[in-house]
Amino acid sequence: MKRLCLAAAAALFALATSSLGASAAEKLKVGFIYLGPVGDFGWTYQHEVARQNLVKALGDQIETTYLENVNEGPDAERSIEQLARTGHKLIFTTSFGYMEPTVKVAKRFPKLFFEHATGYKRLDNLATYSGRFYEGRYIQGQIAAKMSKTGVIGYIVSFPIPEVISGINATMLGAQSINPNIKFKIIWVNTWFDPGKEADAAKALVDQGADVLMQHTDSPAAMQIAAQRGILAFGQDSDMIKFGPKSQLTAIIDNWAPYYIDRTKAVLNGTWKSGDVWGGLKSKLVVMAPYTNMPDDVKKMAMETEAAITNGTLHPFKCPVVAQDGKTVECKGGTHLSDEQILGMNFYVRGIDDKIPGQ
Amino acid sequence: MGILEAIILSVISASTPLLLAASGELVVERSGVLNLGVEGMMIMGAACGFAGAWLTGSVIVGALCGIAAGAAMSAVFALLTLGLAVNQVATGLALTILGTGLSGLIGASFVGERIVPAPHLYLPLLTDLPLLGRILFGQDSFVYFSIALIIAIWLFLYRTRAGLVLRAIGDNHASAHALGYPVLKVRWLAVLFGGGCAGLAGAFMPLAYTPFFIPGMTAGRGWIALALVVFASWRPARLVGGAYLFGAVTIMQLHTQALGLGIPPQLMSSLPYLACVIVLVIISRTRGTAGSAAPASLGSVFVPDR
Repeated sequence: MKRLCLAAAAALFALATSSLGASAAEKLKVGFIYLGPVGDFGWTYQHEVARQNLVKALGDQIETTYLENVNEGPDAERSIEQLARTGHKLIFTTSFGYMEPTVKVAKRFPKLFFEHATGYKRLDNLATYSGRFYEGRYIQGQIAAKMSKTGVIGYIVSFPIPEVISGINATMLGAQSINPNIKFKIIWVNTWFDPGKEADAAKALVDQGADVLMQHTDSPAAMQIAAQRGILAFGQDSDMIKFGPKSQLTAIIDNWAPYYIDRTKAVLNGTWKSGDVWGGLKSKLVVMAPYTNMPDDVKKMAMETEAAITNGTLHPFKCPVVAQDGKTVECKGGTHLSDEQILGMNFYVRGIDDKIPGQ
Repeated sequence: MGILEAIILSVISASTPLLLAASGELVVERSGVLNLGVEGMMIMGAACGFAGAWLTGSVIVGALCGIAAGAAMSAVFALLTLGLAVNQVATGLALTILGTGLSGLIGASFVGERIVPAPHLYLPLLTDLPLLGRILFGQDSFVYFSIALIIAIWLFLYRTRAGLVLRAIGDNHASAHALGYPVLKVRWLAVLFGGGCAGLAGAFMPLAYTPFFIPGMTAGRGWIALALVVFASWRPARLVGGAYLFGAVTIMQLHTQALGLGIPPQLMSSLPYLACVIVLVIISRTRGTAGSAAPASLGSVFVPDR
């Protein structure tokens, strides 16, 4: 069946790309590769919102194309190459799993500019960018610990990549700063996007006593389960208040538009340079949705923490950070863990009662 | 609510779309047609089902729209494979691709909208019974319908003359044709029925499971339904067992993770597929009535000679 799925995906891709041929000679063509459907209301949706803002800002000078539902792996390489061959000069690949395919294609097309989200491999014509989502997670951890009556937080996660693991850790450190005995129940669903499975995982967590839900998957299914069961939850990637008006505490919103506009302008002006941008609350690449469904004192605490992280007086991974096995993690960033340590995070902090799959 | 009860309730809702879609496909395949487009018909059922329910405010209208959408998709399939004798495998795959794209287009304006999900049955006293009350008497109508449907299919296939004709056509369309049975007409009806079931299974997703529409929300369940038909060796009773086994393992895997038992989630995820392989080996070694009921003409094109 898997083979059939792949065949179907490949055929779908062929259909999707066949319409890309036509070109307007003088306009800069900007391409986007999306992991999910643009209507996932999560990760891909936010990239699409940013693309639309980019068109609004620079629409007279550029032309954009996107390919959605592109699987990570060989499909991705074909899709990126297709954009490269059809005159796109600037290409954004918007998922961690596109890292190797993007590197390969970027080497083959040295005159084009590539931008890869959430990765760490760079070339002269390949830049990386990401959000410091862990900053938002730390705030959410504090809110969760304040709001949970059972002291059990349910956490739905996709794949054990560093971004997800640093998110879990930041949440735990935030929660422990309020309640040192807080417990996490973690479910790996092995997918970014399967609303049914995300809902099932959410139900399992609530059935086992969790009264606040966190997620690092892309659909609003978990928020909706929280709303049905009358418990609290955090939105992911976009503001999901619509799906849980009485449940959403806040949400981490990915705000890519300013970056996309900046980088596109740089190509237009001929000033584009490879590099790494890792924006957080300060640069407004990560934005918190309004704090709702919580008492005023919790709201005040959340806003103070947000301010402290924004102005740099608080770092979620301030040293000492103690790993799950009880050993203190080497502090490479002075007073906090270095960016490299966070970007490559592959260990749990103390207090998390779970094993990272595959370790 | 006890944890066991909670688990069983989740298993039932996870198994229902699989059972609905696989029930239809079982009838299609018993008539000798292989329609690989289940996923495409399901996602079309999801999009049109949600659209219908959102526009009218009625879950029943939504379910009917889902059935109609699935049947319409399958009519395209039937037109090509039965009318024009096109290769069934290729057409089925194309149907899935078409459904994925078209459902995204239809559903685009409904993304982010919400509906009131299908109500659950409530019978005073009976539903309040401890442990079994909600499991037996507190489901939504899709669940009861899926069980009634598979019983009806069993009765039809094994207890009616029409069912016998359908099976005969699936096993040897040339002989059935020689005896004067309307091979293409029966297959047309079977394919439309299968499409309706897949559409209903798809509609279950946004109408009862997760009451919102998102493109691609069936997330491969159509492919699992196809595999379940093989797993069940084309027998209705085993299909129920297979669908519920698959649902149970999926849900148990989530619960064992949350309990922190330390069983690798990857191992649990692979269990249904392991079970599938083992069952297939056992079936292929078994002769007689317990063995495979694979229709001998499955997937082969039939062009009647005049």
